[in-house]
Amino acid sequence: MNMIQALNSALDVKLADDPRTLVFGEDVGYFGGVFRVTEGLQAKHGTKRCFDTPLSEGGIIATAIGMGVYGLRPVAEIQFADYILPAFDQIVSEAARLRYRSGGEFWAPITIRSPYGGGIFGGQTHSQSPEALFAHVVGIKTVIPSTPYDAKGLLIAAIEEDDPVIFFEPKRLYNGPFDGRHDQALRTWAGLPEAEVPEGHYKIPLGKAAVVREGAEATVLAYGTMVHVAKAGIADSGVDAELIDLRSIVPLDIETVTASVQKTGRCVILHEASRFGGYGAELSALVQERCFWMLKSPIERVCGWDTPYPHAFEWDYFPGPARLARALLKVMENS
Amino acid sequence: MKKPPLSLYIPQPPARPGDKARFDHLSFDLGAAARMPDWRTPETELRDLPYGLVRVLGVEGSAWDPHLAPEVMRKGLRAMVQTRLFEDRFFRAHRQGKVSFFMKSTGEEAIGVAQSMALEPSDMCFPTYRVQGWLLARGYPLEKMINQLYSNERDPLHGRQLPVLYSARDYGFYSLSGNLGSRFGHAVGWAMASAYSGDTRIALGYVGEGTTAEGAFHEALTFASVYRAPVILAVTNNQWAISTFAGVAGAERTTFAAKALAYGIPGLRVDGNDFLAIWSATCWAASRARANLGPTLIEFVTYRVAGHSTSDDPTRYRPKDEGEHWPLGDPVERLKDHLIAAGHWTAERQEQMEAELFDELREAQKAAEMVGSFGKSKPPVSEMFNDVFKDPDWRVTEQRRELGI
Repeated sequence: MNMIQALNSALDVKLADDPRTLVFGEDVGYFGGVFRVTEGLQAKHGTKRCFDTPLSEGGIIATAIGMGVYGLRPVAEIQFADYILPAFDQIVSEAARLRYRSGGEFWAPITIRSPYGGGIFGGQTHSQSPEALFAHVVGIKTVIPSTPYDAKGLLIAAIEEDDPVIFFEPKRLYNGPFDGRHDQALRTWAGLPEAEVPEGHYKIPLGKAAVVREGAEATVLAYGTMVHVAKAGIADSGVDAELIDLRSIVPLDIETVTASVQKTGRCVILHEASRFGGYGAELSALVQERCFWMLKSPIERVCGWDTPYPHAFEWDYFPGPARLARALLKVMENS
Repeated sequence: MKKPPLSLYIPQPPARPGDKARFDHLSFDLGAAARMPDWRTPETELRDLPYGLVRVLGVEGSAWDPHLAPEVMRKGLRAMVQTRLFEDRFFRAHRQGKVSFFMKSTGEEAIGVAQSMALEPSDMCFPTYRVQGWLLARGYPLEKMINQLYSNERDPLHGRQLPVLYSARDYGFYSLSGNLGSRFGHAVGWAMASAYSGDTRIALGYVGEGTTAEGAFHEALTFASVYRAPVILAVTNNQWAISTFAGVAGAERTTFAAKALAYGIPGLRVDGNDFLAIWSATCWAASRARANLGPTLIEFVTYRVAGHSTSDDPTRYRPKDEGEHWPLGDPVERLKDHLIAAGHWTAERQEQMEAELFDELREAQKAAEMVGSFGKSKPPVSEMFNDVFKDPDWRVTEQRRELGI
């Protein structure tokens, strides 16, 4: 399966095994979603289980919260992560705090799916990576897969979670892995081991990172599309780096991160979102606090620039493998 | 040709401090009641209702009279009086430093009380901070309510919430929050979930007239209309949003009930100080919702007699005696007078009831104060870290340890 099919399969599994599961959003029903993630679900499970909504992100999430409070498990789609902001009040002031403020009387087990990230000439409003905005909000979890296998397992886990979860899908990876070498032929997921996705129910626990590549000289922290960029950048650099796919932004698998940096003594953080105030800043602070005496070199952050996501400058903005390789060589200078 | 210069219009209330109170900008005929169509009537035949006023008390032979049994009206009166006494007491408790903050619903007691009684116990209300009467009408324990106000060791919300922002699941009362309007759509989602599940329960959502300007109001009405959600959407138009008169929310051009028209849902404009009219309109809308005929928007026309909160001084922006000139009177007095005139109540019994309620309240306050008023007692600090997630993640665990608990 490609990532779209894997996500579709996760929704299909949950719609089939739990009548509390509902799937809705803009163009999600009959049409099957602008990225085809919900294709065929309405025909198979009925219009009441998978349906179209008005073009209103605030309304979509408010409705999902109300349904969650009632006892359902809504899976709401926001068409692009760039358009999640009209629902920011619902997510921050309501979904994230409901359990806390009500003394545990009410909660909203909702999942918010949204395609995110760049590398597709999406310009300013089809490329953003807003995960840091949500990482700063207590009470919600944020998950970002990098492979079809993880996408399905993490999405099923998110839907079954009793806390609200934001599930960002790297749209650049929907049809195939992308390592940032935009001048090379496109690849598909076909034949890759991460694309071997079981048909039925399985879960990948939230809050558990994956060590994608073991290494001894430096640790690279990445998620989403950047996991594939990191593989290429590590290969280009010749540095024996350990690559960690965080998979969950919140809760963060702090143990896997610190164990790796304590072993390697060097850390490079890679994300598409702009640098200042980005999630990398939190990662860097945590690594510094917990691994200070093992660090052989300052922590490096390779990120999008502190500009809106541009159109014509896609590959000048996008943190590709060459930039990671340079950062790896830089941290290796101090030995 | 020279074009005339444009000119920006800024609405101003009809009266400011020092002026004579005026309500002539409100269009309704005090002597007449809106007609009462059968609740099965299609919305297309109801479009005059948002411009009329549903009234019972003071209108001879109003079709909206719910013909309630005297004991039901007496129960309503009791809950309204209890609400007023409760609020007066805790407004004073703020001056005494026993609570950090408080909000009254003086003049609006009939709305929460009548709707609380008219709906089923299993229906769900998504309240504002000004319908405390809902809880009192359903017999929420006074002491527990006061513990919340005091944020003391027995506060059901564990000291996490501002006073008045209650949560009472077992009483059909959804968790309150300070941000405006964001729960209006939750009522719609909850109602949709009930319909999806083949349940028979309906939802009631509240906003004030000021909050109708929030995007969340539009979102909720759109979703309610599109999916025919079994929900009653209530706007309590008390004429004031803190210092801002209702005209700034749009009241100079139309009624809030009339906002329903563009969404294709019925809109009722109801005398919000008329216990019987509120009851009747609520049952009418509930009948529609329970029969899968979808949502109803109800504007309750009322007046915020008290300041916005303990932090507000209304004499700085409106005539001091404005409330005394409010044409729809006082909801408590109107129901009481009706009961007395009908021979179901007496001034003596009223006095006796007030004395009983006063004692009950004093006892409950005393019991809560034994636990502690604000600052004298608080829940264990470990409660600060609970319920962020269902199960705490490492951050919460570590930070608890950092605080030494």
